[in-house]
Amino acid sequence: MGFKILGRDDITTESVRMVVAAPFVARKCEPGQFVILRLDERGERIPLTIADFDRGAGTVTIIFQKVGKTTYHLATFREGEEIRDFVGPLGRHLDLGKIGTVACLGGGLGIAPIYPKVRALKAGGNYVVSIIGARRKDFVILEDEMRAQSDELFVTTDDGSYGLHGFVTDQLKLLLEEGRKFDTCLAVGPIPMMEAVCKLTAAHDLPTLVSLDTIMVDGTGMCGSCRVTVGDETKFTCVDGPVFDGHQVDWLEAKARQRRYHPQEREAMEKFETERGTA
Amino acid sequence: MAGKEREKPAKKKVVEKKYPMKEQPAAERIRNYKEVPYGYDVETAVKEARRCLQCKKPVCIDGCPVEIDISAFVLAIANEDFAEAIRVMKSYNNLPAVCGRVCPQEDQCEKVCVLAKKFEPVAIGRLERFIADYDYEHNIAPPTEIAPPKDKKVAVVGAGPAGLTAAGDLARMGYDVTLYEAFHNTGGVLRYGIPEFRLPKAILDQEVEYVKSLGVKVECNMVIGKIFTIKELFNDLSFEAVFIGTGAGLPRWMKVPGENLIGVYSANEWLTRINLMRAYEFPEYDTPIWAGKNVAVIGGGNTAMDSVRTGLRMGAETATIYYRRSEKEMPARIEEIEHAREEGVVFNFLVAPDRVLGTDDGWVRGMELCRMELGEPDESGRRRPVRCEGSQYEVECDMVVVAVGTYPNPIIPEATPELEVTKWGTIKVDEETGMTSVPGVFAGGDIVTGGATVISAMGAGKRAARGIDAYLSDK
Ligand SMILES: Cc1cc2nc3c(=O)[nH]c(=O)nc-3n(C[C@H](O)[C@H](O)[C@H](O)COP(=O)(O)OP(=O)(O)OC[C@H]3O[C@@H](n4cnc5c(N)ncnc54)[C@H](O)[C@@H]3O)c2cc1C
Ligand SMILES: Cc1cc2nc3c(=O)[nH]c(=O)nc-3n(C[C@H](O)[C@H](O)[C@H](O)COP(=O)(O)OP(=O)(O)OC[C@H]3O[C@@H](n4cnc5c(N)ncnc54)[C@H](O)[C@@H]3O)c2cc1C
Ligand code: SF4
Ligand code: SF4
Ligand code: FES
Repeated sequence: MGFKILGRDDITTESVRMVVAAPFVARKCEPGQFVILRLDERGERIPLTIADFDRGAGTVTIIFQKVGKTTYHLATFREGEEIRDFVGPLGRHLDLGKIGTVACLGGGLGIAPIYPKVRALKAGGNYVVSIIGARRKDFVILEDEMRAQSDELFVTTDDGSYGLHGFVTDQLKLLLEEGRKFDTCLAVGPIPMMEAVCKLTAAHDLPTLVSLDTIMVDGTGMCGSCRVTVGDETKFTCVDGPVFDGHQVDWLEAKARQRRYHPQEREAMEKFETERGTA
Repeated sequence: MAGKEREKPAKKKVVEKKYPMKEQPAAERIRNYKEVPYGYDVETAVKEARRCLQCKKPVCIDGCPVEIDISAFVLAIANEDFAEAIRVMKSYNNLPAVCGRVCPQEDQCEKVCVLAKKFEPVAIGRLERFIADYDYEHNIAPPTEIAPPKDKKVAVVGAGPAGLTAAGDLARMGYDVTLYEAFHNTGGVLRYGIPEFRLPKAILDQEVEYVKSLGVKVECNMVIGKIFTIKELFNDLSFEAVFIGTGAGLPRWMKVPGENLIGVYSANEWLTRINLMRAYEFPEYDTPIWAGKNVAVIGGGNTAMDSVRTGLRMGAETATIYYRRSEKEMPARIEEIEHAREEGVVFNFLVAPDRVLGTDDGWVRGMELCRMELGEPDESGRRRPVRCEGSQYEVECDMVVVAVGTYPNPIIPEATPELEVTKWGTIKVDEETGMTSVPGVFAGGDIVTGGATVISAMGAGKRAARGIDAYLSDK
C-alpha cells in the first residue's frame, strides 16, 4: 500500500536522506520536480524536492531538514517502514539547456533542492559555480556531491566555522566585485536568503531564478494555498513553478504567506514532542 | 383558492405536504460537524411513499438525469418491500446515499412530479436517502449482477461522481477497471468539497466500498498527465479505453487587489483543508487552518453555502454571504440556503468586492464593496449584474472565502495536446457516447460541462460507460 523506505541516513544532526521505493515517480520525474507526501492517516501533506532518482531501481531520494512536526516525525521512520502517500512528480521540469556560466546558490535547507538542478546544468554543458551556505560547519550538506557536479564550489558558514565567514550572498558579492561574469543565477533557500540574492543580482543585472517553498495542500493547482505574485500576475507555485524569475517575485507577500500558520505549526510540534516524550 | 379545491376534490385524498424530516436544531448544529437532517424513519418513509400517485406516465423520471425508475422504487417502499426498492435503485444509481442527500431535487425529479403542480412533490430525494441508508444498516440489497469478465482493461481517471459511476458501470459489464485518483483518497468534490454535516464521510466510504466490491481497482496518489500520460495508459499499461472525469477543480478568482492577503481563501483551500485533511480536528490531525471571527464569503452557489456554514462551525461570530445578483438567481440548493439562514448566516445581495483591505502585516481587515443592479440577461439567461458607480462602501471582516466558481482541471488537456478543448478549457465530447476527439478516450462530468451537479456528472459517467462498451465491442 504505502511507499517503502529502502535506505536512510542522517547527513547532519538536522537533515536526513531517504531512498523511497516509488517506481512510477522514478520512471517519470525530472530535475526540479517535487513530491508531496503524507506520513499517515492523520498527516499533513508536505512537498519535498526529488533530490535524486534511479529509474532502474525504481527509487526516489528525498533530503529534508527537520523544522517542524512532519519533518521531525518523518525523521523517526526507519528503513523498511512505509510512507503512506507519496505523490509526484509535481511541478514543472526545469530545463535550462545550455546558458553558459551559472551561479548556483543553496542556503541551508535549499542545498538539497538545488543539487538536482546543479547536476542537470552540469550535464547540459554549463559552467557551474556553486555556493552553499549553512549556519555552521556540521550543517553543511552534500558538499562532496555538489563539488563533483560543479566547476567551482564555495562554502560559507554564518559563524565562520567553515569556508567563508558570512552568507552565500557575501561570497557571490565577492565574485561579482572581482568582475566574474555569470549568465544566470539560481538561488534556493529560505525566503530571506533568496530575497537577499535577488537584491544583489538586480543591482548587477544578473537574471536570477528562485525555487519557492510555499505552503501547499494538493500540489495540482486546485487550492491556491501556494499562490505568489510574480510581476503583475498571481501564480501557483505547484503548477506554474516552483521556479520563478526572482526579480519579479513579491517577497513581502511571500514572507507573510509563509508565516501564516506559525502558531499552529508550533502547537503541532509541541504536541508531537510531548507525545514522543511520554511514549 | 382553498374553496376552489374543495369544489373539485382529487380522486385519491392527497397529503398535501411532504412529511417533515427531523433535523438537528440550528443552535446546536453550528457547534458540531454532525449531519443536519436525520433522515426518515421506516414509518415516515412508508407514509411519504404512499403520497405518490403512481402516475401512468411517471413524469418524475424525465426529471432525473440518470432516469431512475422513481415510481417503481417509491411503490416498493410504499409496499414495505425494501429489498425491491434498493434493487431498483441500485440498477440505476451506484451512489444513492449521496444523491439522496445532495441532489438539487427541487430542480429535477421533484420539480416535475405531478403533485408539485398543486401541492408539495413527493420527497423523492428523502426516500432515496432512506432506502440507501436502510440498506447500509440492514444489508438487504440482493447481490449486484456482474457480467462475465471481458478481459479488456479500461482506465478511469478521477474518483469523483463521474469516475466512480463510469468505473462501477464498466465493472458490472465485465471490464477490468482501474480507477486513478490524484488525491490520497476517493470521492472528488464529495470528499474535499461537500462538508461532513451535509454528507458524512462514512456514507461516502460505504458507497465507494460498494463500487470497489464490483471489482474496480482504486489507485490513489496518481496524477494522470504527470505520472502517466493518456498515451502511456494505452501504450505502456495496455488499457483499451480511458475515461477522464477530472472535474472542474481550479479556483476562479475575483481578480481584485488584496486577493492574496492572508485570510483570503479559495473555497477549495478552505474546504479541502477542513474536509479532506480534517483540519477542524487539528491538532489531532496535522493540517493547520486559520479561521476568522468575521467571515465573508463571496458567491451564491452550493460552494458558498458550504463555506459560510463551515465558517460558523469553525467558530465565526458573524458569517456573511455577498452575492452579486439577487436572491432569485442564487444557484445553491434551496435546502442549503434555508439551513444557512436558520444558522444565522447574513445574506447581502447585489454587491461585489472591489478590493480586499489588509493590515500592515498582510492580513485581511475588510473589503470595499460596490453595489450592483441587474441589467440585461447574459448567456446563462440570468440578468447580468451591472456596477452602480459611486456606491462603494467598506465592511470589516477578518477572513474572506472566494467561492465564485471554478475552471476545468487543465493538467490532462495540457499533457494531451491531441485532445480538443473549448475556449473555456472543457473537453469536447460526443453528447451521445462521451467520446472525445481522440478515439478510445472518453470524458464526462465537470471537466466537460464546467461546474455542474453530482447527478449530471453521474449521468455523464453512465453514458460514457455505455459509449465505451459500444466502442470496445465493435473493436
Ligand atoms: C516545492 C517545494 C520543495 C521543497 N523541498 C524541500 C526539500 O527538498 N527539503 C526540505 O527540507 N524542505 C523542502 N521544502 C520545504 C518543506 O516542505 C517544509 O520544510 C515542510 O513542509 C515543513 O513541514 P513541517 O511540518 O516539518 O514543519 P512546519 O510545522 O510546517 O514548520 C515548522 C517551522 O519551520 C518553518 N518552515 C517551514 N517550512 C520552511 C521553509 N521552507 N523554509 C524556512 N522555514 C520553514 C515554519 O515557518 C515553522 O516555523 C520544500 C517546499 C516546497 C514548496
Ligand atoms: C463545495 C461544493 C459543493 C457542492 N454541492 C453540490 C450539491 O449539493 N449538489 C450537487 O449536485 N452538486 C454539488 N456540487 C457540484 C458537484 O460536486 C460537482 O458537479 C461534481 O462533483 C462533479 O463531479 P466530477 O466527477 O465531474 O468531478 P469531481 O467531483 O471534481 O472529481 C474529479 C476527481 O478527479 C481527480 N483528478 C483531477 N485531476 C486528476 C488527474 N490529473 N489525475 C487523476 N485524478 C485527477 C480529482 O482529485 C477529483 O477527485 C458542489 C460542488 C462544490 C465544490
Ligand atoms: S438521483 Fe437526484 S434527480 Fe434522480 S431521482 Fe434521485 S434525487 Fe431525483
Ligand atoms: S410524478 Fe410524482 S406522483 Fe407521479 S409517479 Fe412520479 S413521484 Fe409519484
Ligand atoms: S498547492 Fe494547491 S494550488 Fe498549489
